[in-house]
Amino acid sequence: MKLLHLSANPHVRDRVTSAELMRDVVIAMLPTAIYGVLQWGFHALLVVVLTTLMAVFTEFAYQKAMKQPVTVNDWSAAVTGMILALNCPPGIPYWIPMLGSVFAIIVVKQLYGGLGANFMNPALAARCFLLISFAGKMTAFNNAGADGIATATPLAILKTTPDASMNLMDMFVGRIPGTIGEVSKICLLIGALYLIVRKVISPKMPLIYIGTVALFTLIFSGRGFDMHYLASEILGGGLIFGAFFMLTDYVSSPITPNGQIVFAVLVGILTGLFRLFGGSAEGVSYAIILSNILVPTINNMTIPKAFGREGK
Amino acid sequence: MNKYIERLYNGIIKENPTFIIMLGMCPTLATTTSAINGLGMGLSTTAVLMFSNMLISALRKTIPERMRLPGEIVVVASLVTIVQLLIQAYVPALYEALGIYIPLIVVNCIILGRAESYALFNGPALSFFDGLGMGIGFTMALTIIGSVRELIGAGTIFNFRLIPEAYSISIFVLAPGAFLVLAVLTAIQNKLRLPSATNGDAPEEFVCGGNCMGCFSDCKEKAPEKSEVEKKEAAV
Repeated sequence: MKLLHLSANPHVRDRVTSAELMRDVVIAMLPTAIYGVLQWGFHALLVVVLTTLMAVFTEFAYQKAMKQPVTVNDWSAAVTGMILALNCPPGIPYWIPMLGSVFAIIVVKQLYGGLGANFMNPALAARCFLLISFAGKMTAFNNAGADGIATATPLAILKTTPDASMNLMDMFVGRIPGTIGEVSKICLLIGALYLIVRKVISPKMPLIYIGTVALFTLIFSGRGFDMHYLASEILGGGLIFGAFFMLTDYVSSPITPNGQIVFAVLVGILTGLFRLFGGSAEGVSYAIILSNILVPTINNMTIPKAFGREGK
Repeated sequence: MNKYIERLYNGIIKENPTFIIMLGMCPTLATTTSAINGLGMGLSTTAVLMFSNMLISALRKTIPERMRLPGEIVVVASLVTIVQLLIQAYVPALYEALGIYIPLIVVNCIILGRAESYALFNGPALSFFDGLGMGIGFTMALTIIGSVRELIGAGTIFNFRLIPEAYSISIFVLAPGAFLVLAVLTAIQNKLRLPSATNGDAPEEFVCGGNCMGCFSDCKEKAPEKSEVEKKEAAV
């Protein structure tokens, strides 16, 4: 007799593997990565390549050293390294994001059990690690064209001089200073559309998140219905990048439908708080990793009622 | 071995309060931002610990059993106040750096732990040496942890530069760095099966035989024979 195969639900099976999903994420990040490289040149390219390779190599070396099955073929380390690289300013010394890769893979991911067991988005945790450790270098943004002149991001300008008028088109296309991967909103949206069409991510959490940030900014910025300011806040920083590529991380976001709404709203409120009332102009990374910690609680509190038990 | 020397050895090596018994984690995490701060905190605690052990031991027959915690706190708090005023007067820089953690020595679990588990049962001279040993062990541990954090986080040890400033990872002198360093330290201890409160192979005589998980399930049955351990934990 053939043994019955027992496993935990869900029982719906699909041919899609983690490797394919992760590869899709890499493909989706390519437009914005290419834009960043074209904008800032060879140095930015090397930052992306070296950081990604370092993440993959670290995972390989750690799993070899610990005599675990090597899982670098599932692309997840590559995604982590790439997200981290795209979150770094283009002029950063190579060793800083590479150190971040090591931190992301070993401390945040592997020590907690590897892919699927990390409680926090490894790339973002590493970014915050770098941001705290090398505050100056991590926020030294160059003008477009790699002319080496340090300048403030649109969000930082808005923070100090709220009346500054921003060119929305520049922000949308990406002719602004920022991290390698966050500036070009149009490239990011192309990537996000690819992910949504391929059903890798659902647009639910990103849209709720962006909506919450917009609502929070409208209510608490003290500027009324200043749509130009609102659009600058949404397009000026890493909000779009964070919403579609980091908030939607499978491992560190809730699995219940209501939990996802709670999570997205929470991240939105925190982002708004950090941006409007915090010391720094940007707050997407901190908002996401802080909410990542609450995900188990959110999951527990939003377990859907089993079928047939709705009335009780 | 001379019983006084044995107390020193016990405090510094055998039951080192930070590395092995793992008491006083709060000041350990908070004040080891640099080697000099760790050393300062360790020495302040040592000064309090020696005299609190001695005084509580001398008063152990006077203090009623039920009032022992308030009695101990009064003694420790008086000593801490003296130390605090002395530091403020003579080493103002250290006073600024340690801040709230100097008054918090009053509720340091090492001090109450030694009072509860040693000074109440032994004479003043032995208790004094017990406090000295524990204090030196604590000071050494804090200085070592402080040096590691300062070296990685600022590139210096006792302000002596070893690594260029551009390569210092400053998260290590901030709060997260304390947890990272301590976690790595404990991981190494567990990996090498060195004695520590988190290690199952630790000697039987202290802290649940070292196995927290084991104690969690069956500490009720074992309670009578481990009264000293329980007192230590109560003091935490």
